[in-house]
Amino acid sequence: MNPYITHTSEDQKLMLKAIGVESIEELFECIPDKVLLKEPVQVGQWMSEHEVVEHIEALAERNVKGVSFLGEGSYDHIIPAAVKAITALPSFVTAYTPYQPEISQGVLQGIFEYQSMICSLTGMDVSNASLYDGASAAAEAAALGISNRRKSNEIVVSSTMHPFAISCVETWAKGRGHVVNVVPEKDGQTDLCAVNDVLNPATAIVIVQSPNKYGIIEDYTGLADKVHDAGALLAIEADPLSLALQKSQAEWGADIAIGDTQVFGIPMGFGGPYCGYMAVKQPLMRKIPGRIVGRTVDTHGDTCYVLTLQAREQHIKRERATSNICSNEALMALASAVHLSLLGWNGVREVAEQCYSKSHYLADGLSRIDGISLAYDKPFWCEFSLRFDDPSKLDGLVAKLLEHDVFAGVKLSEMTRDEKDEGILVVAVTEKRTKQQMDFYIETARRFMA
Amino acid sequence: MSVPTIFDISKEGRGSFRLPRLDVPNTCNGLPENLRRQNTPTLPQVSELDVVRHYTKLSTMAFGVDNGFYPLGSCTMKYNPKVNEQVASLSGFTDIHPLQDASTVQGCLGVMHDLLKQLCAVTGMDWGTLQPCAGAHGEYTGLKIIRSYFLEKGDVTRTKILVPESAHGTNPASAAVNGFEVVQVMADKRGLVDLDDLKSKLGPDVAGIMLTNPSTLGLFEQDILEIASLVHGAGGLLYYDGANLNAILGKARPGDMGFDVVHLNLHKTFSTPHGGGGPGSGPVMVKKALCAFLPKPDVVENANGDYSFDWGCKSSIGKVSTFWGNFLVFLKAYAFILAMGGEGLKECGENAVLNANYILARLKGMYDVPYGDRCMHEFVMSLSRLKEETGVTAIDVAKGLLDRGYHPPTMYFPMIVHEALMIEPTESESKETLDDFCDAMIELHDIAYKDAQSLRNAPEHTVIGRVDEVMAAKNPVVHQ
Repeated sequence: MNPYITHTSEDQKLMLKAIGVESIEELFECIPDKVLLKEPVQVGQWMSEHEVVEHIEALAERNVKGVSFLGEGSYDHIIPAAVKAITALPSFVTAYTPYQPEISQGVLQGIFEYQSMICSLTGMDVSNASLYDGASAAAEAAALGISNRRKSNEIVVSSTMHPFAISCVETWAKGRGHVVNVVPEKDGQTDLCAVNDVLNPATAIVIVQSPNKYGIIEDYTGLADKVHDAGALLAIEADPLSLALQKSQAEWGADIAIGDTQVFGIPMGFGGPYCGYMAVKQPLMRKIPGRIVGRTVDTHGDTCYVLTLQAREQHIKRERATSNICSNEALMALASAVHLSLLGWNGVREVAEQCYSKSHYLADGLSRIDGISLAYDKPFWCEFSLRFDDPSKLDGLVAKLLEHDVFAGVKLSEMTRDEKDEGILVVAVTEKRTKQQMDFYIETARRFMA
Repeated sequence: MSVPTIFDISKEGRGSFRLPRLDVPNTCNGLPENLRRQNTPTLPQVSELDVVRHYTKLSTMAFGVDNGFYPLGSCTMKYNPKVNEQVASLSGFTDIHPLQDASTVQGCLGVMHDLLKQLCAVTGMDWGTLQPCAGAHGEYTGLKIIRSYFLEKGDVTRTKILVPESAHGTNPASAAVNGFEVVQVMADKRGLVDLDDLKSKLGPDVAGIMLTNPSTLGLFEQDILEIASLVHGAGGLLYYDGANLNAILGKARPGDMGFDVVHLNLHKTFSTPHGGGGPGSGPVMVKKALCAFLPKPDVVENANGDYSFDWGCKSSIGKVSTFWGNFLVFLKAYAFILAMGGEGLKECGENAVLNANYILARLKGMYDVPYGDRCMHEFVMSLSRLKEETGVTAIDVAKGLLDRGYHPPTMYFPMIVHEALMIEPTESESKETLDDFCDAMIELHDIAYKDAQSLRNAPEHTVIGRVDEVMAAKNPVVHQ
């Protein structure tokens, strides 16, 4: 008995009779015989639910859960139990996109609250209901920039951005005649003079990231004015948790705020699903991609919520649309809204502060060891980059710590495939890491480097 | 009835979250002043119980497959098995960082590799990528692959993509986002691709055609083999939009029909839930000639049986999402395929088509169905005549269904059918559910002739009445 099909054979007979056919096969007569399968597809025989669980549990056991100092876009933060409990509620999990507002107020209001929190954190005026993730949000920002400036074809991105975000922007531009100008860095930060030098009338948008791929909090003093004077838009990608400490995108004068809310209640999950956020200033309200929930009233005059400004979207605009996004990451956005509600501003700030204190504790301990130094003497908050004088020592230390199920950090050269990054280890420390774990890291490194 | 927002119930000084005590010196004032945030954001200050009650209340104002019948055409709202959620919550997956050393993620890589092999078997394709996070993201990726394939061959003239007029909005949008010019292909009297029109539009400037098969009308493109040979003959490629794959699941494969690129929607065909709008997952499968263009990294099985990522692919289009795609969603689809096996997948396709035809058979005497009296997994009815005779529109009937506990069918799509309602029951539903739904549709038809006004006032039993969408768009209030 197929557990997910409810018909009895008697049901099927009655239904076939009502349709006026002898067999189910008759319903497939429209398919040319040549392509009609004669055998089941080769995915093996069915398993019982118990066997499915055992099979997949065995695979889970082949993974190693370690003490993680890995970051670069995915972070091991504490997630309150209530986040999972709420995002597991069946009517949230099994709902479609809220096309029918009368029976979807819960989903719509949840998204409205998420949008409100994103606007508040970034200082922006309009947030969409989510994008896929942080890197694809950068590609959507590029698209928004191009659509916003007539005859533009250049996108400027900083080389200090997450390497995979740069790759997503380059993929987007590929085959379209758009140019992605990756501007160089200086001392681990975006070289603002270099940005200024490349701005021209074809520049659509400048995209930068802080904290950047080294974990450094960048200083954007004067950047927005320069970009705006050149007629382009400024997008700043930021880990939204960092916004508890560092200047928000609005405070730097950006037009577009992007990033990933994985840090708010979303498990690492081997890379997804996460939740890209995008929020913009008022003038871009009718150009931002993705769904937006608005507040309105119903026939009784009562407050309610509905998908709005849909004239921007693919199902209306079709080939004139500037983004094709349809499905987003609504349930993950809800997870982030619930997480932020549980933490409140004080909680968010305290998490960010603990990340700051702990990462500085570890950075201080490790950079005192001979052969290891901070790659750049620049402000950071939760993630920092070490330079190993001897890159082979880096590999050795990572391997040594791995023996103890400690994941030492991300080897930057493995992400950028760039020789100049060899010897650089990017280390993230969340509030979840303890002094004991960090002391073990430091002690192991000290002994290994000696 | 409106519910206060989480901000409305906030109270200064309230909160519930506690971190472990800080066990290192507090140095958080070290960030230079000019980099520090000045303005304090507004976030709710509420207790844990406040949060739980608030969102639990909101969940009662949402409607999922677990709440009732959801015949939303082209969305394949089938049952989302609970075991899928269970395996996707195993900490051996949720607590794994995407950049861990390959030796510590053999389970994850194994799942990805296995799932790709399964999807190859289901689609008849040679390999693929799991990186795209939704169907439209898959379209974007698949078309980018086609674009790169021609550019690498030095064929710069193929700048057009053919799209049938009944296509999903994402098809033309995805083509445009990739810099293609969109050319519409007309439907013939049967509602299928008009072969003469197709021939007239094929040429050295056409990169390919995007098709859903069956189409959004729920009709199988019977001429698919001829279409494939025409398109290939003109040097173009065929793109399969997997939105309607459920109709042929286990029965026929896009790869055997001549398609070169396929995207799938794991959140439709493979039973993963839609989460109120996402996360989905939109794997892209390709034929051998296009494998080199897949996003990187590839997941490979090494000679010793271990798995790893391969970043070597030189012609790759690059990355399309931050990491490897929506991994926890892969697990749910994987569990579904394991539970079904080849035979079970076929039963899904068969019963999905049986159910759609049963509803069609019961309603076609009353409602007009412009394209034929048989269908695949879905069909489209037109309420034009009902509207003419009673003034009752497709949206009125849809809202009447809300009062009867159903999620309405897809409305006003595809655009080639006026006053369209597109009904897709999926294989999950019982005969009793289908009968009750048909009875409700018949009752609404009667009411349209007897008391049209009552339908224009519907819904009356939902938490809110019809919504003022014009006001929402004219004076947008998009945050608190």
